Amino acid sequence: MKVAIVDYNAGNIYSVVHALKRLGIDPVLTNSAEELSKADRVIFPGQGHARTTMTSLKEHRLDEIIKGLKQPVLGICVGQQLMCRHSEEGDVDCVGIFDVDVKRFCPTRHDEKVPCMGWNDIRNTKTALFCGFDKPEFVYFVHSYYVPTCQWTIAESDYIQPYSAALHKDNFYATQFHPEKSGSVGERILKNFLNNNDIEKGL
Amino acid sequence: MLAKRIIPCLDIKNGETVKGTNFVNLRSAGDPVELGRAYSEQGADELVYLDITASHEGRKTFTDLVQRVAANINIPFTVGGGINELCDVDRMLNAGADKISINSAAIRRPELIDEIANSFGSQVCVVAIDAKLTENGWKCYLNGGRLETERGLFEWAKEACDRGAGEILFTSMNHDGVKAGFADEALAQLSDELSIPVIASGGAGKKEHFRDTFINGKSDAALAASVFHFGEISIPELKQYLHSEGINVRI
Repeated sequence: MKVAIVDYNAGNIYSVVHALKRLGIDPVLTNSAEELSKADRVIFPGQGHARTTMTSLKEHRLDEIIKGLKQPVLGICVGQQLMCRHSEEGDVDCVGIFDVDVKRFCPTRHDEKVPCMGWNDIRNTKTALFCGFDKPEFVYFVHSYYVPTCQWTIAESDYIQPYSAALHKDNFYATQFHPEKSGSVGERILKNFLNNNDIEKGL
Repeated sequence: MLAKRIIPCLDIKNGETVKGTNFVNLRSAGDPVELGRAYSEQGADELVYLDITASHEGRKTFTDLVQRVAANINIPFTVGGGINELCDVDRMLNAGADKISINSAAIRRPELIDEIANSFGSQVCVVAIDAKLTENGWKCYLNGGRLETERGLFEWAKEACDRGAGEILFTSMNHDGVKAGFADEALAQLSDELSIPVIASGGAGKKEHFRDTFINGKSDAALAASVFHFGEISIPELKQYLHSEGINVRI
């Protein structure tokens, strides 16, 4: 299987590379439209500021390229946020696959710290990405901005309020959390994305 | 709700895990990658790898080890020791570290925190503080506890937070290695004063100490070394215990 990772100015892409290698996959890191279109799976990672990362994407027309991909795509963290319509972080228009806006967490109590950093449970999981999930599971999050629950939500988490821990539309999947850092639970999610036949069908 | 985190800390010297009492008398405690993987499989929530001699000897940190850790371990890990400038941070993150911790370098040049936060985001920037309760209150120390400074714990932690630190890792030198519990009073004050997570470090001896620091110390995470390395507390048992005490932990 050929897995391509979108290579742009985003932090910590290597943790995704390592996670895939542990699953026996040697991914290619690329910003070429041709390479991306040839891959069986595309992973769109992200860590960093929405406006800065969006600017980097646009420099290589990656915003349009990602939107046009036909194979299963998995956005991670800021990758997920950039797949939405707009982000409050830097007030920037994003790729627009998911017609929903990214908001900043507004704490209501002192102990609700931002960034939201650590292990939180996800529930109400749907689609083949979470095949085999029958109870809430802990995954690792690091973020200050979130996607509200919406019609594309396929996993929910709760921090200050309920929000989208994962999204899905057609061939596009995205997680706010880091499956590559979420221990054995994260590995199950990555394996589902790579190997589950229903992912091919966008289910 | 976010789970309270249990973080084994691996102090590294010459590629080996060591742990001392009150920062001296080091004893060997095994291969860092194997130990890290074992902790991860047992349910540790994060790992910290500290090159404890780096700052003292002016040595650069341990990129090869970080790469091996990143390749083998599937939970987040922080690296510290000898990180003095932005290029050190870049090298560590490129080697696969999720976060870096800075200690002496941040006290010497606080702008480093702003630079890291602006370049890589607050979430990668852990500011570690070694402090000791003296006659003049809590004072910060440099170089692994070898050099006292004029900076007070609370004002420095606040400044670090304002400059963009993502977390504060507070080690009480009075408590470290003594195994009589964490510095919960100071931790609770830090937690009340700061808008970022606080990691308790120094003093873990038994399971109850973790419960106490999560409840009385208001800590978001608790870090320990020797009690884990020498098998005095097992992480699965610790987490079951905390769960039974009503604390939200990842099991």
